[in-house]
Amino acid sequence: MKDYLAETASQTAGPYVHIGLAPQAAGFNIFEKNFSHVLTNSHTQGERIIVEGRVFDGSGTPVRDVLLEVWQANAAGRYNHPADQQTDKKLDDDFRGWGRTCSDFDSGVWRFDTIKPGAVTGRDGRMMAPHLNLWIVARGINIGLNTRMYFSDEQAANETDPVLNLIEWEVRRKTLIGKREQRGDEVVYTFDVYLQGERETVFFDL
Amino acid sequence: MSKELVHRNYDSHPPAFAPGYKTSVLRSPRNALISLQNSLSEITGPIFGAKDLDPLDNDLIMNYAKDGLPIGERIIVHGYVRDGFGRPMKNTLVEVWQANAGGRYRHKKDKYLAPIDPNFGGCGRVLTDENGYYFFRTIKPGPYPWRNQASDWRPSHIHFSLSGESFAQRLITQMYFEGDPLIKQCPIVKTINNDDAIRTLIAELDTHAAVPLDSLAYRFDLVLRGHRATLFENRTQGAV
Repeated sequence: MKDYLAETASQTAGPYVHIGLAPQAAGFNIFEKNFSHVLTNSHTQGERIIVEGRVFDGSGTPVRDVLLEVWQANAAGRYNHPADQQTDKKLDDDFRGWGRTCSDFDSGVWRFDTIKPGAVTGRDGRMMAPHLNLWIVARGINIGLNTRMYFSDEQAANETDPVLNLIEWEVRRKTLIGKREQRGDEVVYTFDVYLQGERETVFFDL
Repeated sequence: MSKELVHRNYDSHPPAFAPGYKTSVLRSPRNALISLQNSLSEITGPIFGAKDLDPLDNDLIMNYAKDGLPIGERIIVHGYVRDGFGRPMKNTLVEVWQANAGGRYRHKKDKYLAPIDPNFGGCGRVLTDENGYYFFRTIKPGPYPWRNQASDWRPSHIHFSLSGESFAQRLITQMYFEGDPLIKQCPIVKTINNDDAIRTLIAELDTHAAVPLDSLAYRFDLVLRGHRATLFENRTQGAV
């Protein structure tokens, strides 16, 4: 396109992504303020949840040097961003809606401590089911992968979600559902991501 | 009137599966990506501010100095972050990380025999200003060998992470240095099948920005996907 500048080319985040984005995971302290996998503080509104999982490569081996970011709406279903003009829903000053996590170098397990988001109005006024937007980078991933996690206890909303319904293969929609369980006092959603293979997760071109 | 992102042109990016970079073989999705039209989930994204950072965060020469200065060639890296329409991307979080002058990373998984520099952390971050401008100060990273083919070497490079203003603009890339003969041999550079795109990753020596008797400078500009306005809505008058 005339006069339109090409986006800078992506390159892999590499094995040492932690140094830049999560230095404590790389093994040292440098910044006073650090980004975190905990999205909430004690005043944040909404149901407390833990989202955890692993990312698997095409051989079924956990990817143990992966970094994920989450972006989500607040409990009322509004994003903390000026482009979200759903003014009927309140902003929550105690919730940015963004977090960053790294997998454990041994087990490959990552987790976010967050709240369950509300439903957000999608294109042309169609409601989207509650979901988390996830972005995944690692050594061997040449361009960050975008996916969504939906909630297993939102079956009715999931059935009418415009994005899930865009996926022609019903069997593949299941790859986007985090499974809810009660673990002691905690609500945990398990969301495993498969980069490749029979269970390959659906990834999006946003 | 809302804003949407111009669709991503994958011609300027590496494919997921690039067998010359062996790790990508088992870590690349094989199904086509599902293309979405933008909703609020893609147009919005986290907003960062001065309170997330500290003033020294963009000075890699000083931000981990313990009992002296890091060893290596002192450089300033600076440039502009713009969107595809050339508009400045202000308030974008730019995070960088790199090896030290000997090609060693301060990371518990890096076992390369070159030594750790006790005065160098190797990471920094800064927010772009009103004009999309950013700068930081560091030492030039060294090249290092890595396991791909037995004798592959990474050219000197600095990793860049950019937030943009929308989650769909999120980007990670690597900056290389003008004149480095290792660039054209690098299997990671060569995942990109587009010479124009590769050229935009190579920072140029910027003698006008060098600080006399102190530091050389390199200029590195970046482009994120552009926002275009949605001029017309297709919702009928009766709809809410």
